[in-house]
Amino acid sequence: MKLRSILLCCALMFAGAATAKEAAPMATDVAVEKRMVAISEELRCLVCQNESLAGSHAELALDLRREIRTMIGEGKSDQEILDFMVARYGDFVRFRPPVKPTTWLLWGGPFLLLAGGIVALIVFLRRRVREEAAPRLSDEEHRRAAALLDQSKP
Amino acid sequence: MIPELGHFALILAFVVSIAQGVLPLVGARQGQAQWIALARPAAQTQFLLVAVAFGCLAQSFLGNDFSVSYVAQHSNTQLPSLYRFSAVWGGHEGSLLLWVLMLAGWGAAVSLASRRLPEVMVARVLAVLGLVGIGLLAFVLFTSNPFDRLLPAAAEGRDLNPLLQDPGLVFHPPMLYMGYVGFSVAFAFAIAALISGRLDAAWARWSRPWTTAAWVFLTLGIALGSWWAYYELGWGGWWFWDPVENASFLPWLVGTALIHSLAVTEKRGAFKNWTVLLAIAAFSLSLLGTFLVRSGVLTSVHAFASDPRRGVFILVLLAVVVGTSLTLFAWRAPKVGAGGNFGLVSRETLLLMNNVLLVVATGSVLLGTIYPLLIDALGMGKLSVGPPYFNAVFVPVMVPLLLLMAIGPMARWKHADPKAIARRLRVSLALAVIAGIGLPLLMGAWTPLTAISSLLAVWIVASGVFQIIERMKTGKPSAAFWGMHIAHFGIAVFVFGVAMVGGYQEEKDVRMEPGDTVQVGGYGFRLLTVKDAPGPNYRAAVGSVELSKNGRVLKTMYPEKRSYFSSQMPMTEAAIDAGFTRDVYVSLGEPLGNKGAWSVRVYYKPFVDWIWGGCLLMALGGLIAMLDRRYRLRVKVGAGVTAGVAA
Repeated sequence: MKLRSILLCCALMFAGAATAKEAAPMATDVAVEKRMVAISEELRCLVCQNESLAGSHAELALDLRREIRTMIGEGKSDQEILDFMVARYGDFVRFRPPVKPTTWLLWGGPFLLLAGGIVALIVFLRRRVREEAAPRLSDEEHRRAAALLDQSKP
Repeated sequence: MIPELGHFALILAFVVSIAQGVLPLVGARQGQAQWIALARPAAQTQFLLVAVAFGCLAQSFLGNDFSVSYVAQHSNTQLPSLYRFSAVWGGHEGSLLLWVLMLAGWGAAVSLASRRLPEVMVARVLAVLGLVGIGLLAFVLFTSNPFDRLLPAAAEGRDLNPLLQDPGLVFHPPMLYMGYVGFSVAFAFAIAALISGRLDAAWARWSRPWTTAAWVFLTLGIALGSWWAYYELGWGGWWFWDPVENASFLPWLVGTALIHSLAVTEKRGAFKNWTVLLAIAAFSLSLLGTFLVRSGVLTSVHAFASDPRRGVFILVLLAVVVGTSLTLFAWRAPKVGAGGNFGLVSRETLLLMNNVLLVVATGSVLLGTIYPLLIDALGMGKLSVGPPYFNAVFVPVMVPLLLLMAIGPMARWKHADPKAIARRLRVSLALAVIAGIGLPLLMGAWTPLTAISSLLAVWIVASGVFQIIERMKTGKPSAAFWGMHIAHFGIAVFVFGVAMVGGYQEEKDVRMEPGDTVQVGGYGFRLLTVKDAPGPNYRAAVGSVELSKNGRVLKTMYPEKRSYFSSQMPMTEAAIDAGFTRDVYVSLGEPLGNKGAWSVRVYYKPFVDWIWGGCLLMALGGLIAMLDRRYRLRVKVGAGVTAGVAA
């Protein structure tokens, strides 16, 4: 019902523009719309599965997008709007989880992985270089390399 | 009667898979030729039986047999017959049956196309596939039987989810499953090699075409899914970092690492342990993906609790697969030699860097995908990890990977001369820098992301072209060489498409009455009419939108808004005018007021089709590489093959 009334409001708002040939944008202000889309891409639509507020067609998403427009109109900053959404719906609504003790691993993990990967790579390569210096192994490897080369010929 | 026949076939397949999983392994161990010889016929029989079961379920769907509970839940008499067939894998039970069918299919394919391999090796590979089959068939039979009867039978089926009533459902899941189940073959080769202790170049050569085949299917499957989402969801996104998408992307990333690592193992005998680990990881991630998608944990951890048998079953299966493979690995791997030497600057090192970056990317995506589940399961609150996170952690790892991609194929095996490589890359670098500065400006706005993407795309293509020209001078390049470069070009095309649509897409969300016009991306759109139109099992509002450029009318587009009778779910069918350099995309939103006005979304998406075109090129490259003639040559069972055991 709430949606109906909102739509009706929209329809009334744009009633004047309807006679014009150029279609009326859903947002009165393009800059506001751009900010609204950017903000709603950061937020989860709570009633659909894994869709952002920007992409969702659900009624709740339409409502919330409208609410974001209103808040932008009231001069709130992007951060204030996101904070408002988090205060109302919890961290669940944010697609970019906040950095806090329970998400340290989430945000730090990729960096740890990369650092670990690079360290492992360096250690491995240095060990290989040392092994290469060892003559006994080298002979063995030469024999094998020859065998492999021989085998790769058709 | 038919469902019982299917059920019976499935039970027989289960019994056969036990025989396939156990006897050849024992036979190979004890040198019993008869038991070894059982592997091929067992694999083929298993496929036949699963195919019969699958056919029975399909027949139940086509014949609207609503006494079968699964059919009653996922079909409807009004459903067009094509969708009634694809509805077979439209739900949990059926998609698992498809999984098992694919597994049995890969097994049968290995049994038919492995005449050149030693019998013992084939027996072990098929046995491992049989063991995997036991697990999956038990899962289907004991927790997710698609043939369960519904008594009394339903008068009418509940219908297939409208989102799935699309040609996308016909092709996407089979392709995807072919891909991720296909990694079971790479896994089986790796396990068989571990069991035999023959972890050598010959093993790598045998498993390479199979791994590439699985990768090709997975690439196509993911691309199809992405394209489907693009035209079906109504707002033109092509990738959402949705956990279900990630579940298919993870094996792809590791599979890509595996393909490259296998190249080193085949050509240089190095990285054997690492290659085996990747093969185990690729298949384990496929299973993990199945667990994530099929257990219900993604909807919420509570959905998992509502039917814990299924989730627990796959989790146990996953633990058994990972546990036994790693134990086997720990036991066998140290006996494997290090392989050929290589210097610090060499193709080996570069491919190792490729592997490190791909694995880091996989780890990051995996972390983001399961983190909310873990936090929730531990009772530490509810979190969402979405596109902003994944873009932030994924893109920085991809940039160095793409930079290296142009260099890797230029470097020689063993020892490469950095100066010589730099010299050969000079032209490519110059072209790339020019592209990085020029292309974004040509498109109208310079942004760091579009600049770096254009640079990378041209960098990869230019160096590839340079290498092809270089190579052509010395004779006819192999299929593998062509395949690699085509796949790499595919990546470049993909990256370019992603950057262009990300940077220069234009969109408008407008209210349109018949007669109204709107301008987006230099195109004019005029809404002519919105008319009601009946469909087979839905009602649709079909808009007619006239597309024009510079006052010249190009065509009329027909975006639809459908409402399906059975579920009342509204579905958006976007109208897309696809083109080489841009797509124009119109989707109908909601009716507004009573003057026939609609909310309409119009998009101008430059180079968006390059995203899927790039994927097609990648798949084509894989296909060509797979057909390299050296895979069809009989492997000499000589010094080269046994060296791995001795070392």
